[in-house]
Amino acid sequence: MLHFLLRRGLATAPVLLIVAIIVFLLLRMTPGDPAAAIAGDAASAQDIAQIRRQLGLEASIVHQFFSWLGDVLRGNLGYSYFYKMRVTDLIGQRLEPTLSVASLTIVLTVLIAVPMGLLAAWRRDGALDRFIMGASVLGFSVPVFVAGYLMIWLFSMQLGWLPSQGYSRVADGVGPWLRHLVLPCVTLAVMYAALIARVTRAAVSEALTEDYVRTARAKGIAEWRMLTRHALANAAVPIATVIGLSVAGLIGGVVVTETIYAIPGLGQLTVEAVLSRDYPLIQGLTLFFSLVYVVVNLLVDLSYLLLDPRIRY
Amino acid sequence: MTSLTLPGDATSAPAAARRKPSLARRLLSNGAIRIGGALLLFMVLLAVAAPWLYTMDPNAMDPGSSHLSPGSQAEFTNLGGEVFQRFFPMGTDSMGRDIWSRTAYGARISLSVGAAVAVGSIVLGLLVGMVAGYFRRLDGTIMRIMDGMMAVPGILFAIVLVAVWRPSLLTVVLAITVPEIPRVARLVRSVVLSVREEPYVEAAVALDTPTWTLMRRHILPNTVAPLIVQGTFVCAAAMLVEAVMSFLGIGLPSEVPTWGNIMSEGRAHFTAHPSTVLLPGAFLALTVLAVNMLGDGLRDTLDPKFNKRGS
Repeated sequence: MLHFLLRRGLATAPVLLIVAIIVFLLLRMTPGDPAAAIAGDAASAQDIAQIRRQLGLEASIVHQFFSWLGDVLRGNLGYSYFYKMRVTDLIGQRLEPTLSVASLTIVLTVLIAVPMGLLAAWRRDGALDRFIMGASVLGFSVPVFVAGYLMIWLFSMQLGWLPSQGYSRVADGVGPWLRHLVLPCVTLAVMYAALIARVTRAAVSEALTEDYVRTARAKGIAEWRMLTRHALANAAVPIATVIGLSVAGLIGGVVVTETIYAIPGLGQLTVEAVLSRDYPLIQGLTLFFSLVYVVVNLLVDLSYLLLDPRIRY
Repeated sequence: MTSLTLPGDATSAPAAARRKPSLARRLLSNGAIRIGGALLLFMVLLAVAAPWLYTMDPNAMDPGSSHLSPGSQAEFTNLGGEVFQRFFPMGTDSMGRDIWSRTAYGARISLSVGAAVAVGSIVLGLLVGMVAGYFRRLDGTIMRIMDGMMAVPGILFAIVLVAVWRPSLLTVVLAITVPEIPRVARLVRSVVLSVREEPYVEAAVALDTPTWTLMRRHILPNTVAPLIVQGTFVCAAAMLVEAVMSFLGIGLPSEVPTWGNIMSEGRAHFTAHPSTVLLPGAFLALTVLAVNMLGDGLRDTLDPKFNKRGS
């Protein structure tokens, strides 16, 4: 187990290094002088020279990369030009809303999508299956922001059930926190539920063709028990894999959702950073999100141990 | 069970085993392909014929006739001072621009971005995937780079690229293409790896076939079916990403009529005029739906083995 953790952790190191190189190079691809871009249009030649020195742009690009990487490894992501504060502090400040939206969305998605996929696979090619699969193609195709505005229009403007804007900290009460999260999370869950329901259906359908299912049926096992104990249990690994991979899409979705619902989280911070061309902040956020993606997928790999007793690392 | 055929019927029917119908017939017997194809054809016609479909200059504005509701009749004064009566099927935005005209012209942007990204990522992904799959010494390095690229969330990647370059149609297309390359490359590589072991490839190698001829004649054809399927999903995803970028104010300049830009403009006035956001949104959703249905149908028809959505 420890051996596996070590090996798997080491295997992610090159991926993280590549990510770091990509993120570093992204901002070096700016046409023209990055110092001029940072200084803005009103800057004098002197200001630009000053920034060049501060950024160490005089050194070779390889040298620049390693000094930047050294800072990153020490937990220093630099200073935001716009907010005049440490990028790491900014990320810390804005983490709670994003974490709330993302984790609640995943819980909601799994609760909706797995039973739907299971039902679709159970009644494969039946009316229920066609309905669920049709709904999933639709869920896939409705853009997050269109779904979001539809929900604001219906549940907030027409019915007046839920707030459409803002976020309430969990420390200020769980009730208001949840009320503010319902619409954003349902919006995001539409797309993920569609994806995960499809994968669940495919994985369970495959499991249902196996001999052990026939044996279980021959023993006269209750249908739902056969579905959950035999079919779903054996389909758990691909489902977990897709949940892990879809975290990348979830992060993109969070950026949009936070903008629609005016949630002051990391997604909104990303949009602000891009609009104000706050390069260190963009860099820090991209690195942070990529790290989250890699770590989540590492955890998914670990979950295989629980989901499938045949897997031993 | 007359008009709607289930996906996969054409291949699972016993008759198909005896006599395989032509490809065109198999494709058209798939309900998802027929519906998705028809819907997509409609959108393509809308894009191509935009100037003749009761549209006006998508950028002509008249502050005097701003925020008209869909279906209203009003007097429109353009910047040249000409005054004319016009019926506004989808209303006007906050600057008094005709939303129907902007939506019709917006179809051009959405569809061309989707198509360009699909073609671009397939060409580049094919190149990378073939090299990685065939030249084993490069495989490790190339695939680690691809893994690293996949770890950066796609929309974020594209947004940052556009932020760094100046937003234009070309940079938007490139920015959406780059994050899609690793997914295509992985798919191509897996096909190459399995085809390499086939006896006919070994025979060709034994006959000293030049590498280039071998790839073109024996390996490339095997990638066509999965790539067409993957291409449709890339196209659908690209249209969504383009719209998201415009919507966030990061994509094409706001005067360019794209569906995302129309919705972005309508955002501030959503409570009073929800149709400005919801109507173009419906066009976008229907187009993406059409392409996704087409992709689903193609996957079921072209390759029954390829049964999971490319991840």
